[in-house]
Amino acid sequence: MAHDTPEKIRSHAEHEFLKKKRNTEMRHQLTSFAIMIFLTLIAFTMVAAGFSAYLIVPIILLLAAVQVVLQLYHFMHLSNKGHGTVAFFMFSGMFVAFITILALVTIVWW
Amino acid sequence: MSSLAQKKGFGAVIWDYLTTVDHKKIAILYLISGGFFFLVGGLEAMMIRIQLMKAGNDFLSAGLYNEMITMHGTTMIFLAAMPILLAFMNAIMPLQIGARDVAFPFLNSLGFWLFFFGGIFLNLSWFMGGAPDAGWTNYASLALASEGHGIDFYSLGLTISGFGTLIAGINFLVTIINMRAPGMTYMRMPLFTWTTFVASALILLAFPPLTVGLFFMVFDRMFGANFFVVEMGGNTIIWEHLFWIFGHPEVYILILPAFGIFSEIFAIFSRKRLFGYTALVFATILIGFYGFMVWAHHMFTVGLGPTANAVFALATMIIAVPTGIKIFNWLLTIWGGSIKFTVPMVYAIAFIPSFVAGGVTGVMQAIAPLDYQLHDSYFIVAHFHYVIVGGVVLAILAGTHLYWPKMFGTMLSEKLGMVTFWTFFIGFHLTFFIQHFLGLLGMPRRVYTFGADQGWDLFNAISSLGALFMAIGVIVLLINVVITSVKNVRVGNDPWEDGRTLEWAIPSPPPFYNFAQTPLVRGLDTYWIEKMEGNKEGMVYAEPIGDVHMPNGSIIPLIMSFGMFVASFGALYFQDDTKPWALAVLIIGLGITFGSMLVRSLKDDLGFHITKEELLEDAKRGGNTDGLK
Repeated sequence: MAHDTPEKIRSHAEHEFLKKKRNTEMRHQLTSFAIMIFLTLIAFTMVAAGFSAYLIVPIILLLAAVQVVLQLYHFMHLSNKGHGTVAFFMFSGMFVAFITILALVTIVWW
Repeated sequence: MSSLAQKKGFGAVIWDYLTTVDHKKIAILYLISGGFFFLVGGLEAMMIRIQLMKAGNDFLSAGLYNEMITMHGTTMIFLAAMPILLAFMNAIMPLQIGARDVAFPFLNSLGFWLFFFGGIFLNLSWFMGGAPDAGWTNYASLALASEGHGIDFYSLGLTISGFGTLIAGINFLVTIINMRAPGMTYMRMPLFTWTTFVASALILLAFPPLTVGLFFMVFDRMFGANFFVVEMGGNTIIWEHLFWIFGHPEVYILILPAFGIFSEIFAIFSRKRLFGYTALVFATILIGFYGFMVWAHHMFTVGLGPTANAVFALATMIIAVPTGIKIFNWLLTIWGGSIKFTVPMVYAIAFIPSFVAGGVTGVMQAIAPLDYQLHDSYFIVAHFHYVIVGGVVLAILAGTHLYWPKMFGTMLSEKLGMVTFWTFFIGFHLTFFIQHFLGLLGMPRRVYTFGADQGWDLFNAISSLGALFMAIGVIVLLINVVITSVKNVRVGNDPWEDGRTLEWAIPSPPPFYNFAQTPLVRGLDTYWIEKMEGNKEGMVYAEPIGDVHMPNGSIIPLIMSFGMFVASFGALYFQDDTKPWALAVLIIGLGITFGSMLVRSLKDDLGFHITKEELLEDAKRGGNTDGLK
């Protein structure tokens, strides 16, 4: 209930700690944002350079996977404490979905 | 309002069960309806065995026989085995982790009613123009060619009851992750809770492919889509994949809780801590993962190619490793224990060789070249009945005896229990052992009769005789239930005297709020630790006694599910030109469902509190009052 939320009064040390933590977080977000832009650039360049589709497709899929992980950890706070179970279930689900799609692609549609 | 109980009339009891959101009562509902469908499925099995009793029998026609085998498989898996296991999960798991209820009591009730109406809908097919007849796997080309509405009953009925199961699975996951009592770390959870957890995760990941497959099937049959129609560019194999991507995890959804029940039994009646608890937990998780990597071993003869067959054959063989770990851990739990041969323990001991036999034939079939010989023969029938009857059904019977006192407060007769055990166990081996050899002699599955000159007469007669024994065993169990209920001798907290986990620390049946004070868990086998330290109360508490917040009962889940039931009839007859009212029925049904959702969303229902005084009052009377809600 909103009315019984205790008001938080932070000490100076706590304040400094939070400030530092937020700074680090911001730095991580900016770094991963830069990396993501760079990944996108690689993808576009490859297509523009006209490499073979057999090279481009797997690399773009790989870049996509990297970007999903960065997104999850740095923007959706999966790295925060207490998200272990969530992460475990998400990756289990992704693993199962990946196996399924891989099998269907290789033995049914290929 | 006093929330504690008075004596109630019959109508009030019925109303109470229709509106209940209490996990223990929902467990009883699951047990009764699952038990009912178990009898229906058993009756269908008897019909099959009577038909195959002798060569050239004409007890059932070919078409009726197809309906019989389809409904036997579908009923037993979806409407009997799974709900009965869900009954035990509901009744016991929250008690084992020291919770007052599951995380979403309303959804728990909704899950049950969806399953119930789905099951009723499916079985109404018998009276409304014929049951589904394409086998429980419902392979697409055959199913699409099936006339009448049988297959539509199958896909719509399973869709509804599948929603129910999915809801139950998610509910258990959230409960176990969030509602463990203080001190109940993951590695202190009883094994039955662990297997419930992994089975629920499998439900979460395995049911969506089935739902997708069933949707495609519904669209193909009712709206002329062509997902599986080869001549229109569809692909009939995709149904097989979708079905088995669901279907293989499904058998682990069945067997893992069975493993959990047996793990509890071995520890209780060997009066020893489980040997290799950690290994058992990790083996359970590993089996859960492998369950998703092996589905194509059901499809070796489809023509996936040697590479795919080899990959899936190897993956399948790996499953024997964690399962073997479990078997050895159970044996070592028994070894050196002070064993009590109660009915549950006898079932558990009988389970080991029976299940290993089923496992061994399973690994044989994992060898793809050999599977080409065994495929679609009675050898397969023998194999999966060995794992499902020898594993799951024995666990269900053992669990019924083990948890009956906790669920109903009375003990089933041990003597009649032994009669059930021996008749059922002998009947089971008599029926299915010989079917291995029928398979090796070349008898194909799913044929409604055979010729006298094929040399299968004697073995089939023996097999049918065994089925009779199993039926007698089940009837004795029913008599046992009736006698026990009539005698009504109440038992205390720990009727087996050697209970180890939290559920045995509280009255049988537990009060509707389970724990007046949340327990503090100090290790694996919580109750055992307290007993060994001479703690008469059976637990230490994590909180002082205080008001308890409880949810209100609600009729809305039943109405919501009933709406789906009505809508299914609309969808079923949607394409019939002779039934122009179908569309109206569909709309009315969905209207009921969405209307009740709207009511649920708009109406605040904050539950009620049991006051500290009422709890203290209740504790004086033994603490096992049944709640009004």
